[in-house]
Amino acid sequence: MDRPNPVTPQLLAAVAVALLFAGFLPHLVSDFTSFQFTQAMAYGVALLGLNILTGYNGQFSIGHSAFYAVGAYTAAILLYHFEWNHYATLPVAALVAFAVGFLFGLPALRLEGLYLALATFAFAVATPQLLKFDAFEHWTGGVQGLFVPKPEPLIEGLSADQSLYYVTLAVMVLLMALAWCLLHSRSGRAMMAIRDNPIAARTMGINTALYKTTTFGISAMYTGIAGALSVFVTEFVAPDAFNFFLAVNLLIGSVVGGIVSIPGVIFGGLFLVFLPNFAQDISRTYPFVPPPWAIFGIFLILVIYFVPFGVWGAVERAFAWWKRRPAGSGR
Amino acid sequence: MRIKNLLAAGAAIALLAGTAQAADMTGITDTTIKIGNTNPYSGPASVYSVIGKTITAYFEMVNEMGGIQGRQIDFISLDDGYSPPRTVEQVRKLVEQEQVAFLFNTLGTPTNSAIHRYVNAKKVPHLFLATGASKWGQPDKYPWTMGFQPTYDVEGEIYAKYVLENIEDPKIAILFQNDDYGKDYRDGFLHGLGDKADELVVSMLPYEVTDPTVDSQILKMQESGANVFFNITIPKFAAQAIRKSCEIGWKPVHLLNNVSSSVGATLTPAGLECSTGLITALYIKDPVDPQWHDDPGYKEWVGFMEKNMPDADMTDVNYAFGYNVSRLMHHVLDTCEDLSREGIMGCAANLKDIELPMIMPGITVNTSPEDFYPIQSEQLARFDGERWVTFGEVIHAGSR
Amino acid sequence: MDLFLQLTFAGLAIGSIYSCVALAVVMIYQATDHFNFAQGEMAMFSTYIAWTLVGLGAPVWLAFLLAVGLSFLAGVAIERVIVKPVENAPVLNQIIVFIGLLVIFNAVAGWIWEFTIKPFPSLFPADLGFKSTLIGPHHIGVIALTLGVLALVFAFFRFTRVGLAMRAAAANPDSARLVGVSVGWMLALGWGLAAAIGAVGGILVAPIVFLEPNMMAGVLLYGFAGALLGGVSSPGGAVLGGLVVGVLENWVGQYVPGGSELKLTFALILIVGVLVFKPAGLFGRVVVRRV
Repeated sequence: MDRPNPVTPQLLAAVAVALLFAGFLPHLVSDFTSFQFTQAMAYGVALLGLNILTGYNGQFSIGHSAFYAVGAYTAAILLYHFEWNHYATLPVAALVAFAVGFLFGLPALRLEGLYLALATFAFAVATPQLLKFDAFEHWTGGVQGLFVPKPEPLIEGLSADQSLYYVTLAVMVLLMALAWCLLHSRSGRAMMAIRDNPIAARTMGINTALYKTTTFGISAMYTGIAGALSVFVTEFVAPDAFNFFLAVNLLIGSVVGGIVSIPGVIFGGLFLVFLPNFAQDISRTYPFVPPPWAIFGIFLILVIYFVPFGVWGAVERAFAWWKRRPAGSGR
Repeated sequence: MRIKNLLAAGAAIALLAGTAQAADMTGITDTTIKIGNTNPYSGPASVYSVIGKTITAYFEMVNEMGGIQGRQIDFISLDDGYSPPRTVEQVRKLVEQEQVAFLFNTLGTPTNSAIHRYVNAKKVPHLFLATGASKWGQPDKYPWTMGFQPTYDVEGEIYAKYVLENIEDPKIAILFQNDDYGKDYRDGFLHGLGDKADELVVSMLPYEVTDPTVDSQILKMQESGANVFFNITIPKFAAQAIRKSCEIGWKPVHLLNNVSSSVGATLTPAGLECSTGLITALYIKDPVDPQWHDDPGYKEWVGFMEKNMPDADMTDVNYAFGYNVSRLMHHVLDTCEDLSREGIMGCAANLKDIELPMIMPGITVNTSPEDFYPIQSEQLARFDGERWVTFGEVIHAGSR
Repeated sequence: MDLFLQLTFAGLAIGSIYSCVALAVVMIYQATDHFNFAQGEMAMFSTYIAWTLVGLGAPVWLAFLLAVGLSFLAGVAIERVIVKPVENAPVLNQIIVFIGLLVIFNAVAGWIWEFTIKPFPSLFPADLGFKSTLIGPHHIGVIALTLGVLALVFAFFRFTRVGLAMRAAAANPDSARLVGVSVGWMLALGWGLAAAIGAVGGILVAPIVFLEPNMMAGVLLYGFAGALLGGVSSPGGAVLGGLVVGVLENWVGQYVPGGSELKLTFALILIVGVLVFKPAGLFGRVVVRRV
């Protein structure tokens, strides 16, 4: 299960059905629900970055909130101070996040496992402090943050929320496709070889240092794009939104969706948006149950117990079981 | 900045359009009024969640007693974990899905900042926020948002005035939380000191909420030779600062921000002896203070608490805060003839000399269509080892 | 110079707390080969139990011992009931379970005891017979008790069969099983000991930072940093690492320009810098992996 799936007619059909469903969704639900799905997809893109890094390259990070912030602030500053077009900020956010990620990947080369996790964690903890720093206040808005307007609908007849939903969907599908291509390429196989056995990979002539830093950069780029999208969705950035809780949430989303998967990120994103609401509804409905956070924690543990390889891992395993079943026993 | 101009123009048009259209009765029927709220029931700011719980209990009591103007109150209070993106989501849920009539006492500065523009674009009243930032009183730019408590910067100015008038040759140390709350207080204080600020302030140090202690900051401030200490911290760090300066024998004139003035929540843990001599500006009656124990307003609050929240820790001043703001909301709805969104906003902007049970005597709620700062007065007080002893006049200050 | 001494001692004082937490972190790492992110919240919960006992009239030392004992049992129970199902799962799954535990402990503590700060009495007498403005009696007590616990931990791992078995179970479960070590119970025992040491840490921290459900968040952060700086395989290194972090943090705040605002950032950069050159920490052993 550690390799991306091959292209099969079934896979293409499933993708088509999923896309068709996703395309109609905003017309079936309210603007608010579309907004929630847009949020989930923005998270999904960020999780994709984390999956590429951790799931396929074996490098840990509890600091992706920092790259999310880099993307978000790049977009917000371009929108607020330079009045750029929204969509034009996306490639810039991607580039800046890539650069930051690549640079961060250099010292990270020397660190492994828990130590790398700590270094990224330090980065995440320091991010809000840096964003608040007085010297940058002119650009970042300091503790007050920056307001940016939502993009205008691209097509007449769509609401701003619906339009943003489609844009985010398009970006997510494009980035998923790119991730799929990357992981199926020579480079992708090299990335996974490094994850599975770094020493063997090096012996085979793979430039592990270059691959690892580049992967860090690509991962940061994905998460940075997600950050920029999140700015369009919430129309506001402030340092306190990019704290360590966000970093932990991204990790949770990744594992819940299935960290060694591409489609899993959709489930991870949905989990991050809808589970807190669900926990809250339970807590509000029954007066004597613990507060929402405790319920969230319980659900988290249960999910790990029952779908240890994440939602997509479970789907893949069910599919594999279905294919392996003895002939003739099916209906 | 073009965006800001657009916003102002949009707000003006919104007001004009509002009067021309039929009244917006969203969230209000003949039998119910639906009110939305966000509160940090989880995460780092959970200490304030008792405010949401108090308001919930208050409206439950009101409903049992027949509601307001014959209508039951449907108070929906959602958890945002003090995270701005979550606040946006929850407020959109309240406005678009739950279709609340208005938002009431949403808590926190960064969280309310995130929804400031949205609620004004949607023309949803955003009333009596639980934050002391000064930006909630701009009726020309944001005609649907109104604060409640005295703003932090005004309070900072009150202390500055006190220092200039009463202390000879002041050398000032400032400890502040590195966020919008801390910086609002700090800037108001520096503004109040005027041109001399640079010369008078000898030490100015921030701390982060994630810091374990502020001990080292206190040491440095003592070392700076300051004889005035302006302490802009939340209760946990305020208590640490009070105790640490006491331990090391640093005895400046210690100005403590109102945020941490609770005797039960800050001074008792810090040690009453060490707290003696502290100066603060008050507007809420401290529940622990024996001078109020025969006061009718205090008795009313205690009656409410004992009946509706029997398990609560009554030394926590946040329960009194929640009760005050609920009473104010109750008053607005009770006396308002036009219960449309515009009508409620209009009523909230026309309050004259309203007294609230747990607000100090002589301090009243006043608003007008130009004045969106309901409470603007505070009273200086000094801690005598048991309770806050007020001194001087009630200070009324206009917000900058 | 006076300020320098003041800051250094203040750093040692606060560093002693990081040391104590770092020691608990290393303890569980030695016993289970993992970091437990819920460790801080568990320590906070233990401290609340001690606080409740003190409130019921127990002398503070008795409350301390009872809370530490209860925490040991709770640690064993948590391992057996909640952690066991993910014993063989990937590291990340275990981390998520730990995060789940963290969130549950935090929320439940707030639910039971509310979020207002509570004063917690010091275990040590306020008067030690001498007076120093450099360091208070509680901080001296913290350092002494932390060193005491360190000595016990050292002796336990070095000289007892159980300690050896625990290290074996963590380092190489399969071989340990072959020689007859009950790996599952060793893990549970490790959790129990870590929870007990965590409780000691919480009870030592609480008189300084005040008891509230979020009290350990910041401390744990620095505790982790201290543990990694010293080396996660070395209890003594962890204690030293905690002290170094405490002192460093104070120096940076004073002597680096912009340091007071970016104290934490600079401290973390320094630690990461050290790790880049000494990836196993200052006192950690480099593990050579065989292919």
